[in-house]
Order: sequence, then C-alpha cells, then structure tokens
Amino acid sequence: MPGKLKVKIVAGRHLPVMDRASDLTDAFVEVKFGNTTFKTDVYLKSLNPQWNSEWFKFEVDDEDLQDEPLQITVLDHDTYSANDAIGKVYIDIDPLLYSEAATVISGWFPIYDTIHGIRGEINVVVKVDLFNDLNRFRQSSCGVKFFCTTSIPKCYRAVIIHGFVEELVVNEDPEYQWIDRIRTPRASNEARQRLISLMSGELQRKIGLKVLEMRGNAVVGYLQCFDLEGESGLVVRAIGTACTLDKLSSPAAFLPACNSPSKDMKEIPFNEDPNPNTHSSGPSTPLKNQTYSFSPSKSYSRQSSSSDTDLSLTPKTGMGSGSAGKEGGPFKALLRQQTQSALEQRGGSPHRFCRRREFPFFTLTAFPPGFLVHVGGVVSARSVKLLDRIHNPAFVGIMGNTRSYKLLDWNSFNSDEPETRDAWWAEIRQEIKSHAKALGCHAVVGYSESTSICEEVCILSASGTAAVLNPRFLQDGTVEGCLEQRLEENLPIGCGFCHIPYDELNMPFPAHLTYCYNCRKQKVPDVLFTTIDLPTDAAVIGKGCLIQARLCRLKKKAQAEANATAISNLLPFMEYEVHTQLMNKLKLKGMNALFGLRIQITVGENMLMGLASATGVYLAALPTPGGIQIAGKTPNDGSYEQHISHMQKKINDTIAKNKELYEINPPEISEEIIGSPIPEPRQRSRLLRSQSESSDEVTELDLSHGKKDAFVLEIDDTDAMEDVHSLLTDVPPPSGFYSCNTEIMPGINNWTSEIQMFTSVRVIRLSSLNLTNQALNKNFNDLCENLLKSLYFKLRSMIPCCLCHVNFTVSLPEDELIQVTVTAVAITFDKNQALQTTKTHVEKSLQRASTDNEELLQFPLELCSDSLPSHPFPPAKATSVDYSSFADRCSSWIELIKLKAQTIRRGSIKTTVTVEKASPMGEGNFRNRSAPPCANSTVGVVKMTPLSFIPGAKITKYLGIINMFFIRETTSLREEGGVSGFLHAFIAEVFAMVRAHVAALGGNAVVSYIMKQCVFMENPNKNQAQCLINVSGDAVVFVRESDLEVVPTQQPTANCQPLCTEGEVTT
Amino acid sequence: MTSELDIFVGNTTLIDEDGLWVGGTVSDAVALRVRSGILEQTGATAAVLQSDTMDHYRTFHMLERLLHAPPKLLHQLIFQIPPSRQALLIERYYAFDEAFVREVLGKKLSKGTKKDLDDISPKTGITLKSCRRQFDNFKRVFKVVEEMRGSLVDNIQQHFLLSDRLARDYAAIVFFANNRFETGKKKLQYLSFGDFAFCAELMIQNWTLGAVGEAPTDPDSQMDDMDMDLDKEFLQDLKELKVLVADKDLLDLHKSLVCTALRGKLGVFSEMEANFKNLSRGLVNVAAKLTHNKDVRDLFVDLVEKFVEPCRSDHWPLNDVRLFLNQYSASVHSLDGFRHQALWDRYMGTLRGCLLRLYHD
Repeated sequence: MPGKLKVKIVAGRHLPVMDRASDLTDAFVEVKFGNTTFKTDVYLKSLNPQWNSEWFKFEVDDEDLQDEPLQITVLDHDTYSANDAIGKVYIDIDPLLYSEAATVISGWFPIYDTIHGIRGEINVVVKVDLFNDLNRFRQSSCGVKFFCTTSIPKCYRAVIIHGFVEELVVNEDPEYQWIDRIRTPRASNEARQRLISLMSGELQRKIGLKVLEMRGNAVVGYLQCFDLEGESGLVVRAIGTACTLDKLSSPAAFLPACNSPSKDMKEIPFNEDPNPNTHSSGPSTPLKNQTYSFSPSKSYSRQSSSSDTDLSLTPKTGMGSGSAGKEGGPFKALLRQQTQSALEQRGGSPHRFCRRREFPFFTLTAFPPGFLVHVGGVVSARSVKLLDRIHNPAFVGIMGNTRSYKLLDWNSFNSDEPETRDAWWAEIRQEIKSHAKALGCHAVVGYSESTSICEEVCILSASGTAAVLNPRFLQDGTVEGCLEQRLEENLPIGCGFCHIPYDELNMPFPAHLTYCYNCRKQKVPDVLFTTIDLPTDAAVIGKGCLIQARLCRLKKKAQAEANATAISNLLPFMEYEVHTQLMNKLKLKGMNALFGLRIQITVGENMLMGLASATGVYLAALPTPGGIQIAGKTPNDGSYEQHISHMQKKINDTIAKNKELYEINPPEISEEIIGSPIPEPRQRSRLLRSQSESSDEVTELDLSHGKKDAFVLEIDDTDAMEDVHSLLTDVPPPSGFYSCNTEIMPGINNWTSEIQMFTSVRVIRLSSLNLTNQALNKNFNDLCENLLKSLYFKLRSMIPCCLCHVNFTVSLPEDELIQVTVTAVAITFDKNQALQTTKTHVEKSLQRASTDNEELLQFPLELCSDSLPSHPFPPAKATSVDYSSFADRCSSWIELIKLKAQTIRRGSIKTTVTVEKASPMGEGNFRNRSAPPCANSTVGVVKMTPLSFIPGAKITKYLGIINMFFIRETTSLREEGGVSGFLHAFIAEVFAMVRAHVAALGGNAVVSYIMKQCVFMENPNKNQAQCLINVSGDAVVFVRESDLEVVPTQQPTANCQPLCTEGEVTT
Repeated sequence: MTSELDIFVGNTTLIDEDGLWVGGTVSDAVALRVRSGILEQTGATAAVLQSDTMDHYRTFHMLERLLHAPPKLLHQLIFQIPPSRQALLIERYYAFDEAFVREVLGKKLSKGTKKDLDDISPKTGITLKSCRRQFDNFKRVFKVVEEMRGSLVDNIQQHFLLSDRLARDYAAIVFFANNRFETGKKKLQYLSFGDFAFCAELMIQNWTLGAVGEAPTDPDSQMDDMDMDLDKEFLQDLKELKVLVADKDLLDLHKSLVCTALRGKLGVFSEMEANFKNLSRGLVNVAAKLTHNKDVRDLFVDLVEKFVEPCRSDHWPLNDVRLFLNQYSASVHSLDGFRHQALWDRYMGTLRGCLLRLYHD
C-alpha cells in the first residue's frame, strides 16, 4: 500500500441556484477516487457553503495514483427526488507524486458541467503521503518528471539525454457505445472525460516505466495527443524524450528553503536508479492492460497499404534542405542506396549510437550548446490508413441526432489493438529514420507526430530534422573525454550546425553547396529547412518572420480504399506544392533558412488542406538567396511580355522592401579577400509547374545552365499566375509587429514583461458546391490572412510587440466548413533597445556562445531581458499615454475598495477608519506574493504562454504537467449566443480551469502551453453544438528578475505564500 | 465565403477602452468606430473592425452578469482582467448620461418610469439599450443600499466598487429617487445634474438622520444612521422658524441688521432692501412647509420661484447673492428674541450652499 491520498473539502462559492423556490442551494460534495467514494454533509440553503470537511483518506496503490484522477462532484440535495449534479472537478494528482514539484494542491477550482459550463467554485485541499516502494516488479513509475517544454527545463541540467520514448493506449469511445443511446449527453460526456483522463494517466505511467528502464528520471518534450477515431475507438498516444536531469543549484539558493519539511520525507532518490533490476517488459503490462485492450479475436484491422502498393498508398516524403529537396517515388531507390553508403562512410560514434536505440529521435527543439553538431534538413513521412469500418448506413456524425441511430449490437463493435496502431507508427518512424540516414544523419531532432482523421480515413504524419548530435550527452559520462573536445574544437561557433552532414559527392538530393560564409571551411547548402528552434548561438542577420504556405486540393468523395488511394495520390503533389510555396515565399523575404517548420495536412470529405508554418531567417553562414525570375512560356506575345516584366518588377520591389523591413543587410564579403576556394557556381533550378505530369518530372531538374542565383517561376497557366499573385498578396504585418512560430524571434532580444496568450478560432463556410482549386485556395488564403490581420488589430495596444509561437491548426469539420485555430503569445519589447542591439547582435551572440559553453544548458534568455528592469505594472504600460494615469488611479482605489468589499463579506460593516487600519496588512500580503503586484486579493494572476520561458522572469520551480481534456455541449445554442458565443465562453472557461489548477499547485504561470485539440461540431438546426478541447503545459513558479535582485532573501516565503494563504485569504 | 464562427480569447481579457459596448448595437458601435478614424489609424479593414467589435460585445455580454454585482467580478475566475481594467469596466458600465439622468432624477425607479424610457430615448438621443442599462443601474444601486445603514456613499462604494466621484453621483441619484424631488419642471430645466448632486450632498450631510449624532466615522454610533431619508424631527422643528417672518418686529429688526451690514457693499442694495421681506418670507416659508411630503418634493421648484427668480429678475450678481445670504444667515444670531439658532444654522447653512449653486442662468 504505497500511498495515502488525503482530500479536504473546504467551501464553495457562487454556486448556482438549484432550488427555484428559495433561490438557494443545499449543496454537498462527493469525493471519489478509484472505487471509493466519500460524502460531505449537506450544507443547507446557501450559495456559499462552508463544508470544512474532515480529511477524506484514500489508501491506494501508486499505480492507481498515477492513473486515476480525483473526482469531485458537487450536488444539490433533494429530499424527494434524485440529487441534482451541479458540476464536477477532476484533479490530476500526478504533480504530487514526485518531489521537487508541488507538495499540496489547494485552492479554488471552477465547478464544471459539460452542459452548463462553469457553475461556481469549490475550495479543495489535496495531499499525498507516499511510502517508499520496495517491490521491484511494480508497474508504477512515480518519481519520473514530465515536461511539455521541448528544451531542457530552465532550472535543470541534462546529465544524459537518453532518447525517444513512445506509448499508446486504445479504448472504445464511450460516445459510440450502445449505452450512449439511453444515457444523457451529460453522462456520455463525463464518461468520455473520465476515460481520457484515465488513459492519459495510464499512458504517462507506462512512459515513466520506459524511462526508468532507460535509467532516466524525466521526460522532456512530452507530447500527448488523442485520436478520435469514431467508432473504431479512441487512441491516446504520447512521445517524449527521456533524460536524466539534475537540478541546478540555483544561484539565489532559495529553492531548498521552499520545500516544506514534510517534503523531504517523501523524497524518492531518483537520481540513482530506483529500480536497478526492473524486469518490466516494456509496454505490455499484464494486468492493467487488459482493462483497456480488446481480445485479439474481436479485433480486426484493415490497412490500405500492403508492401507492394507501398508507394502509391503510403507516400512518405523526405524533404531535404536543397532548393529542390524533393524526392518522389523513383528517387527513393536512390535514397536507399545512399543510406547504405552514407552509413558506411560515417561510422564512429553516430553508428554506435544508432545501434543502441531503435529510434534515435528527440522531441526537443532547443538544445544545450554543443549538442547539435550538424543539421541535415527536414525529414517527414506520411501514411494513409483505413480505420475499421462498421457497415452501418444510418451513421451520420457524432452529433446528438445520431445518437438514436447507434448500434445496439455490442458484438459488432470492433477495435484495433494497440499493437496495430503501434505497427503503423513504427512503420512511419522507420521511414523517418531511413530518410535521416540518407541525409547522413544519425538522429532526428524536433520530432513530432500527428494525425488527421476523416470518417474512416486517417493520415499519420511524422516529421523532424535530421541531425548529427554530439554523443557526449547521449551516453553515460566516461567515454566522452577526448572525442567531445575534438568535436568542439572543430566546430566554428554560430555556423557549425549549418554545415552539411552528408557527403558532398553522394548527395541525397541535388543541392547547391557553397563554402560556409562564416568560417569558409565547410560546405553549406543554399537553403536550410528545419523543424527545430533557431539555435541560440546561430549567427543571424536581421529579423525573422512567419512564413506560411497554404494549399487546398479538391478530392472526390469516395469510400474506403478508393478514398485512401485518392488521398495517397494527392499527397505527393500537396507536399510538393507546399514546398514550392515555402521556397518562393522565403526567397521573397530575402531569407535563406526556415526554422520550426510544421506541415499539417488535413483530410476532409471532399478536400485536402495543407498548411505549413515556419519562421524564416537569414543565416549568416548561408549564401544570399537569389531572386525570383518569372518566365513566360509564350514569348511572342508583346502584351504578355509586358505583363511578365511588370510582375517581375513587383517581385523585385517586394524583395527589396522585405530586406529593408527585416533589416537584412549581410556584409558584402568578397570571396577573394577571404582567400577561400571559390565556390562552384550555383546552379539555377527550374521548377516545371505542369500539373498533369507525375512526380518523376519533379526530379528532372535542370541543373546545367542558367543565371546564377536565379529561381525561375514559369508562368505557363492560370494556376501558376494564381500562385504568383498569392505570393504578392501576403501582406506584411503592420509596423511595430513581428511574428514567428518559434520560441525566440531572431533579432529581438529585449523583451519587456507584458505577455498576452490567446486563442482565436475561425470557421468559414464555403459558398458554392462546385468549387475550383483556385477559389478554394483563395478562400483559405484569405481566411488565414484575415485572421492574422485581426490579431494585429486586436493587439495593437501592445506595439511594439512580437507574436511568438504562432500555431495554426486547420480542420475540416464538415463538407463546406474550414476551421482554423490559432494559439500564440504576443510579447512586448523595447523598441529603442532593439535598434541598438540588433547591430551588435551577431557579435554578441558569438561571444555568448563561446563563453556559455561552460555554463551548460542555461538558455541565455536572461541575458536578453535583464538589462531593463521589468515594469512593475505591465497593463498600464500598454495603454496609451493619457490613459495610463487613469489606469493607475483606478487600480489604487480599486485595491482599497477590494479590501473593503472583502471585509464586508466577512460580515462586519466597514468604514474608512478601519479600512485604513486593514490596508497595511493587505499590502503586506501583496508584497509577499510571488505573483505580480497587479494580482488582486483573491484571484492570483496566472500567466499562460506557449513558450518555455517568461520574459523578464526566472522560472524557479516546475510543479508538474497540466494535461486537461474538456467536453462542452449545448442544446440551447442560440440562447448562448450562437456558435461564436458558445465557443468563446468555452475557451474562456478552459483557460480559467487551467489557471485555477496552476494556482492550486502554487504556481503562477503555465509555460509550453498548447491547445492540442479543439474539435468543434455544430448542428444549428437542432440548436446544438459540441466541442472537445485538450490542452497541456507545464505549471511553474516564476519570479520577476527585478524582484530577484531587490529581495533575494525574502523570496522563499514568497514562493510558498500563494500555496498556504490562498485558502485563508478568500474564505 | 461567410464566417460562421469568429472568436478571439485572450488569457488576459481585452477590454475596449472606448467602452462602446455599453450602449447600442454592434453596427452602431462599428459605425461610431469607423467615424473615429480607427481604420485609417491602424490600416485595418471594416471586416476586421466588425469582428473585433463582435468580440467585445460577446465578452461584455458574458461580463454583464458579473457587473451587476461588481465584487463578483473581482472574485470570479473565468476572466483574467487586470485591476485597472476591472475598474474601467465597472466605471464604464455604471457611467450615465447627463441628459438621461436629468430625465429620471427624482422619479420613482419603478416599472412605470421604465416604460417612459421609450420616450426618453428619442428625446435624449440615447439608445434605448443604453437608457435601460442606466435605469437598471440606478434601480439596482437603489435596491441594494435602500435598507442599508451607514454612509450612503460608502455603501455604494463597497457594493459597487465605484470611484469616489461616481459613488457620490449615485448617492445623489438614490437620494433624489428616495425623496422624489421634482426636477423636471420647466423652470428647473436650466439646472444641471451637477447642481442637483451638489445640493443632494449638502442635504445628505446636514439634513438626514445620519447628519445628527456623533462623528460619522465612528462605526458604533452609526446604527441609526440613515442617509436616505430626511430627518423628520428636523423638518417638524423647522416650523419654529416661522416666527422670523410672522413676528413683524423680528422681521424688521432682521432687515435692518442686514441692511446696515451690507450698505455700500452691494451693487443691488436698493433692490435688496425693497425685496428683503419677500425673500425672507420665501425662504422661511419653504422651511415651514417641509413637513408635508408634497412640499418636500417641490423644494427645488420653491427655491427657484421664491428666491432665484426674483433675484435674477433684478440682475443680482452672484457675489451679491453670496454676501446677502451670508449676512442674512449671520444676522439671525443677533436677534435676541429668536431661540432656534442651531436649527436656523442647520437649515440655512445647507440652503445657502444650495441657493448659491442654483443661482445661475
């Protein structure tokens, strides 16, 4: 019995009126964990009940502790009829299971109901007493830390980075069970929420086991997703990077003090391997597994791809770094050959490494200095699969109206075993691995996986960046020594990662190599595409910008195999088009590298959508990109010629404008002066844009002649015209705005402290049924552009600012609907300082890189922001000048009034005199909190950001991951303000629940926040809508750097303060 | 291509500074914003503006429920709003239009008055939605503080978290609504809400139950304090002042004292001398009549009729009015036969302040 969970229900507030007669509520609470349930007393006739319950104690296995969520249900007692549920709170107690994280969960949680949304709040305290487990055959993995952050967390040091961990669990979807026919939508939603919570817990535990097996103690870059496969089930899968992390002894040394004494007792010594003799056989955990998997006899899976039709049905594309880095089918054979030779030539440590791990993948996107040696380019693979299909013609969709049609026949329900899904992913990963090898790389970094499902067709995608890594971090200490030294000596700072890892004579694809513009010693490609963040030591010229390629393709409606085949056939063209668009736009911006590239292919009933986002930069090490040349195919027509030259001029102007805008002015270094060998003349590549030909024409690249540095677009049909137009229609952000989809914006390094994370969702209905590809493309393009414009307008008060980590997701919920969801964070920066620093940025980063190598793994972000003390009152700063004084005034009096209001609530009448007496105490409270001063008396401010850091602040503690799944449904859509009103309220509620959980853990921010899923379905005719949202992130405690400098000794209390006082202050 | 759904949700809720959402429809607000030149300033399109305005309206719609009890806004978890913005929201929501408040000031905040809003809206040019909001705000504040003890302004501030200035205005509105002072007569049209609010404050300070007793800051003594109602006992006592005009000797003595003191100091001395008895009778009779509710309601009409208008028709400068009123009040202390000095001061001190405020064109 290795754990005791203790729960106390303190109070409720703002409860809804459940008894119309009295306008009051008789509330009580059920606390459930596993199969044990406790109840509080009924608190009669109050909307603000004070239960102050005893400690409810659950004695449970730590395995259950990891899997099960704590379930708190608030009900209204009814003497004569059934008790009415007010709502629920699910609390993931995982953060309490490892030391260094939270010690207690205590605070106000919104009471959530899937039909009514948030209905009041409840104050809960949760604690866990863990006993040391001596059972070596245990199935739990308590103590393994999880981070969503895709870099080494700020207050840790990576001792070893072990590598890839993955796992998936499958279950049937409660929404599709026969019982759903007779139960209420609420019950169905709750069953789903609970199931996903359980599955997430199980998944995390299993991954933890794998990490322990690898002798690691943490998972970094943990990404968990769920696939709603409809009737064939529900898949929850996760990938991550196993590491052994060491807590950095913080310079301020206040962290140990922060741990309460009780904390030390439950400390698990996970730095040494807690379980040296684990014999756990990986994913197959005998007892637990049975609950969720189905017996093999029932399972039935049909895959559209067999080995011989592999190419047509499962196009897997590796995108290289060259300007024409594109391999179609025939190319592949060549690739495979090269794989062999490349491997033979390399050998050495990379080879050793490869043998050690099945998949040398890393979900990290930012690395400790020296970790990344070379970057090859983007590798990606896609595969179209057919999900299991039940022959049920009555099935229409997931909305309420179809519930009644669902099958009663339990036995006809089929589901794949996890093994089938595992096999699918293994296949894709294998593909990725071989692509990486073809690029002469032994590892893939910035690795991610995704799916797109429409009815029974599923596209599995994986992508990453092929790379050569420094083995120092990958294996246990001893061997590293001299090898590492040599590697580092050879590595020129700031350009090393650009140098090609593959062999020049045996290039995997035609690329144009030159000698590095930085060190002049090694070869570099002319363009570099990656999925990772810009390395901190990279030498960059100017600023970066968000570059998107957008594409739609119509597809005939089809069933099963025919559908899968159609999609498979379209995919290579889409990939190619997306790539071309990216390349064109990159050149139009005058840049030569893409970072953070994410290509999303979404499948719908009658179309495929492709959306690629990346951050373009100008790498100093790479050659200046050539311009874009337009060539007409009918040269004799005079007016046509004129038109062409007009277009050409426009393009040239745009390039020049962009260079100015992004401050791209690379130093003119004459090659002779340097005295390096003259690079071979780069060749022009001409891309033939005829649509009818198959992919083999793509590889037929014209490498022999043409002007240097030119990238030719041939306008031979309206299609291509359209493309050129769309190139030029992308409007740059208004002045004062920058955008990127990476963590760090190149060229801006003086962030001020104001941040605003947001989610924006748009759905458009396509007007006509007989759409053309062009019209579709235009609609999609407009949708994205308008969305961006709206963002710029909304955030105009933050200028100058940068939209970071802009993350677009496209889905096709219905035939004529396109949904785009954007999550990003706007961060303000100091414009004046930006101007000064950009000039010296390159040199600075170079210096930094050289000095930082000793001081490992601390990202030099502090360096950017510590120069200016953060503004103590961020919101006032954003507003216009004349307004800010008003704001200040308001805030001062409202704080005073708040104290009044609070005391009134306690029941005494307040007057001015007593307020003055009370206020010093109140102010003291404010000062002691680690939250910013604008925090009000009961609700602490919780920042949310998709980035791994908070500008102007230092993260002092990671409290555990937040991974939440919510369903919201309504049967009164119009009354809730239509679809917009419904979703607006729901997303606001999701934010609120995330913030509440973080605050209860004692944190004041969520970093690496991501909305992984936002599935929205509507049925306006029935006045119904349903939405599923899945979010995750890392709960942290941060301290403003300005506070750190002023009162370093006072901080320990400050960190613990929110934890302990939250309850008292508010009751 | 039509937008089915279009939302923006920030971790920090964006609150529009202009606060256009408080009144009118979305299209009204969009038109107003377009006129403000925001499109030219930002280079945004009309569609962007429309979408932004919709977001603000939706946010506001969700917040409105909370704004009905502003302390809830502070404790709720759904919207993360910086304190300065919370204050702005509350302030904007409880702000009212001068034109509107003049229409309903002193009227009973009942359903009947609410029906009048349909007429008030076109008359004042304020949208019906805004009128309703303002009316409901008045009524809500009234209901909450009606039965409450203690300082009216403090109560309003505590329960609605309004700024000092706005809380005082609401105190005046509540006070006027409670006492049903007539403010709508034609001859009162020249008076602004500010004039009335000023008078209300003076009256609350001096003529209500809360005004008697000990220092208002002492919490224990406030148990009987009621700022809403005029001190009935005080109003009854005011009858005693009648002697000042009823006793001819006293009236003559009073007049001579005032005239002696002001001779050579007033530009309108002769007019004052001629009118003294009329003015004095007017002022004292107003006091004596305040026992009747009907006459209390007509207080401002009476003051304007009996004092402001006669003076104005003789073109008294404001300074002369001040000198006269000061002397008129002070001279009573020298009347040996008059025994109600304290009562006179309580009455005249407030009235003097009110009259000076009311005396303008």
